[in-house]
Amino acid sequence: MADSIAHAQAHPDGPADPGRRDFIHIAAAAATLGGVAAVAWPLIDQMNPAADTLALASLEYDLSKVTLGQQVTISWRKQPVFIRYRTPAEIAAAKAADHASDLKDPATDASRVKAGHEQYLIVLASCTHLGCVPVFAQGDYGGWLCPCHGSQYDTSARIRKGPAPLNLVVPEYAFLSDTKVKIG
Amino acid sequence: MSDHPSTYQPNSGIERWLDTRLPIIRFGADLMSFPTPRNLNYWYTFGAILAFCLGVQIVTGIVLAMHYDPSGVGAFMSVQRGIMRDVNYGWLLRGIHANGASMFFLAVYLHILRGLYYGSYKAPREVLWLLGCVIYVLMMATAFMGYVLPWGQMSFWGAKVITSLFGAFPVIGKPLTELLWGGFAVDDPTLTRFFSLHYLLPFVIAAVVALHIWALHVPGNANPTGVEVKSKSDTLPFHPYYTVKDLFAISVFMILFAVFVFYMPEALGKVDNQVMADPLKTPAQIVPEWYLLPFYAILRAIPDKLTGVLALAGALGMLFILPWLDTSKVRSMRYRPQYRLFFFIWIVACAALGWCGSQEPDGQILEGVKTFTLIDADLNSVTWLSRFASIYYFAYFLVITPVLGLTEKPLPVPDSLYTPVLSHPAGAPAGAAAAPETKG
Repeated sequence: MADSIAHAQAHPDGPADPGRRDFIHIAAAAATLGGVAAVAWPLIDQMNPAADTLALASLEYDLSKVTLGQQVTISWRKQPVFIRYRTPAEIAAAKAADHASDLKDPATDASRVKAGHEQYLIVLASCTHLGCVPVFAQGDYGGWLCPCHGSQYDTSARIRKGPAPLNLVVPEYAFLSDTKVKIG
Repeated sequence: MSDHPSTYQPNSGIERWLDTRLPIIRFGADLMSFPTPRNLNYWYTFGAILAFCLGVQIVTGIVLAMHYDPSGVGAFMSVQRGIMRDVNYGWLLRGIHANGASMFFLAVYLHILRGLYYGSYKAPREVLWLLGCVIYVLMMATAFMGYVLPWGQMSFWGAKVITSLFGAFPVIGKPLTELLWGGFAVDDPTLTRFFSLHYLLPFVIAAVVALHIWALHVPGNANPTGVEVKSKSDTLPFHPYYTVKDLFAISVFMILFAVFVFYMPEALGKVDNQVMADPLKTPAQIVPEWYLLPFYAILRAIPDKLTGVLALAGALGMLFILPWLDTSKVRSMRYRPQYRLFFFIWIVACAALGWCGSQEPDGQILEGVKTFTLIDADLNSVTWLSRFASIYYFAYFLVITPVLGLTEKPLPVPDSLYTPVLSHPAGAPAGAAAAPETKG
C-alpha cells in the first residue's frame, strides 16, 4: 500500500496521517472480502447434497437373495451397484489373472473382495470410462462388457480391454453377518 | 446515453480495438463519471439500495428455485422440510429472500416518498417517474406470486382472494379468473404458473430498471433544492463521490436487513403459513404482507366489489398521473411549506390505511366504545377510518395537489443548488470540498 501514496511527505493540504488512511483502506477491503466470502460460501454449499440425500447414504442388503452364478443390481445413493455371487471357476479365473500383463489398473482379486467372502464381488455398476452400466457375463473375460464404448472387465471387475482407465470401483462395505452386508 | 461528453481515454491497444467495436468500457466509464448534483443527501441513496435489493432477490431466488418443487403436493414440503431443514444453508437463503422482499418494499417506499417530497416526478423527468411506477407494480405482482409459492394457508388464501379481484369485472370476470387459475379454483396449475412468472418477472424488472436509469441519465438527477444543474461546478462525478455514499448507505441498510434475517426471520410472516394449504378451510384472518396493506384497506373500505377493485387500481393510478396533476412551478417541498404539511398528513393517512388493512374488517379503533352509526357502520370502526383515510388519499392527488400548486405562495427558491450548501450554518467551509481528503 505504501507505494500508492503520492506526496507522502507533508503536503500542506495533504492528509495529516497517511498511515491512518491506509489503515482505513485495508480494513475496509478486508471487511468486504470477509463479507463476500461469508456470502459466497452458503450460495455455493447449497448445491452440495442436502441432509435428506446424505441420510440415504448407507444401505443394508441380504445376500441370501443372490444365488450362485447370479448377479443382482441394487440402487445405492441413486447409483446402480452389482452384487455378484461368483462361481469357483470365476474366482479361479480372477486369481489366475492377478498378474496378467493386460491389467491397466493392476490389482489382485484378494484386494477387491473381503477375506472369507471371496464369492461375493460388490462393485459400482458404472463403467469408469463414461459411466454406462456394463452388461453381465459378456466380453472376452467373462466379467462385463460395457455397451457404450466396448470396455471389457474380468470376473474381478478389472478393466482388461477398451477405453476405460480404471477397474470398476469397489464401494466401502462391511459384512454384518455371513448373509448381510452394509454398503456405505 | 446522455449529452455529457465522454471523458474515457482508451489506454491500451486492446481497449482502442474494443472501443471501436463495442464501446462497453466507455459505457461503464461514462456511467461512473456521470455529473451528479453535489447536494444529494442520503434520501438519494435508495436507488442504489434498490439495485442491491434486486440483485439479492435474483441471486437468492435462483438458488432457492434449485430446491423448490412447484407442485401442490411437493411445494410445502420442499420449502418447510427441504429448504428450511435439509438444504445446506437453505434456512439462510430463504430467510434472506423472504425478508428481502420486505426490505425491497421498505426501500422502494422511501425512494417513492423522496421522489414525492423533492418533486422528482416533474418535467423533464415524467418518463423516469412512470418507469418507476411500472417497476413498483411489477414488484407487487412478483412479491404476490412469490408469497404463494410456499403453499401454506396464507399463500393459498392470499392467492384466492387476490385472483378473485379479477372476478369483479362484469362479463369477463369469470373467464378471466378461470384463465388465471387454469381451473375452477386455485390449484396445482395456478401454483406452477405463478412459479414460472415469479422467476420471469424479476428479469423484466431488471430490464425496466435499465430503462429507468437511462431515463435518469438524460435529464440527470434531480436534487433536494429542485433547482436544475446550471454549470459543471454544480456537479461531482458519480464515482467516487456517490459510489462511496451509496455503498455506505447499503452497508447501513444491510445491518437492518441482517437484524431481520438473523434475529427475527419470521417477524414479518404469518404463522398460518406454517400450515399446508387447505382448499377447504380459510384461516381466521386473511391479511396480505405489510407492504400491500394500505391498498387492501382501500379495497375493503368500499362495500361494492367492483368499485373496491377500481379504487384499489385507482390508488396506484394516482402515482402514474401525478406529474400532470401537480400544477406548481416549484419542484421541491422544501420551498412549499403548505404542500409539505398536506404531504405529511398523506403519509399519516397511508400509515392509517396500513393499520386498518391489518385489522379485522369489523374491528373497532377504540375497543368497546360505541358512538353512532353512519350509513352502514359505527363511526368508531376500522371501516370508517379506512374510508376517511382513503378519501384523503385520493383528495391529496386529485384536489390538494392541483389546487395548491396554483394558490400556494412558495418560499424563495435559491438561484443555484449550491447556494444553500454555502449559506447553511452547519455546512462545511468552502474549502472542504476542494480538499475532501483532509477530513479523513
